[in-house]
Amino acid sequence: MNFYDIIFYIFAAITILSALFVVTTKNIIYSAFYLLFTFFGVAGIYVLLGADFIAIAQIMVYVGGILILLLFGVMLTNKVTGVEIKSGTVQIMPAVIGTGIFMGAVVAAMFFTNWRSEPASLPAGTANELGHLLLNDYVLIFELLGILLLIALIGAASIARREKE
Amino acid sequence: MLTVGLNHFLVVSAVLFSLGLFGIVTRKNAVMVLMGIELVLNSANINFIAFSRFGNFGLSGQVMALFVIILAAAEAAIALAIVLNIYKTFANVNVDEIDHLKE
Repeated sequence: MNFYDIIFYIFAAITILSALFVVTTKNIIYSAFYLLFTFFGVAGIYVLLGADFIAIAQIMVYVGGILILLLFGVMLTNKVTGVEIKSGTVQIMPAVIGTGIFMGAVVAAMFFTNWRSEPASLPAGTANELGHLLLNDYVLIFELLGILLLIALIGAASIARREKE
Repeated sequence: MLTVGLNHFLVVSAVLFSLGLFGIVTRKNAVMVLMGIELVLNSANINFIAFSRFGNFGLSGQVMALFVIILAAAEAAIALAIVLNIYKTFANVNVDEIDHLKE
């Protein structure tokens, strides 16, 4: 076990434990805050995989954008009369059994498959290369995603602001 | 076995995917279902980046991960707008009580 492995296990533990709390805690606000730690853990795993730009994008978009949106969603859809904002659950036992079997199967498949692995040498930074790829090979998808984001934002604003007649 | 390789990243991603799936199928509150979806998207991203790192494919996997992040942002915005409308109509956002299309 070298230093890299120890860091990986720490980030994996943070990610999985906080994800477990996200799906099991009753209080929605606590869930949202555990989700913060999950996103940070995933960003750490991206850094360990040599994806520095994606890690920064993950923190900026997920933590700075999506998590805040989710918190707004929680606040706007509950009568904040008390401190406790709970979420009910349905069919715990079938879900535990079903997703448990699924998880066992997928984890076993992932772990015991002998993947052909030939790690490329890590570039010093990925932002330069990513920029070239985005504006050469993937430029059509890049432009389409820009239009999609614009449409999504206009759509979201118009759906959320519609007043009843 | 303890030295971290491709398998370990894939296992973390598989566990994260299962937890997200568990959140999606068990939670009543629509915002919590959205949190489960975010977990699932994150696990898919880990797979993309892990294969991009260990598969010697260049950085295409990271570009795909970037696209997934963008789509997740668009999806969260639209989904929360829909959730707000559901709240305006039904006065709660429990997905098991919104069944007016059933009969």
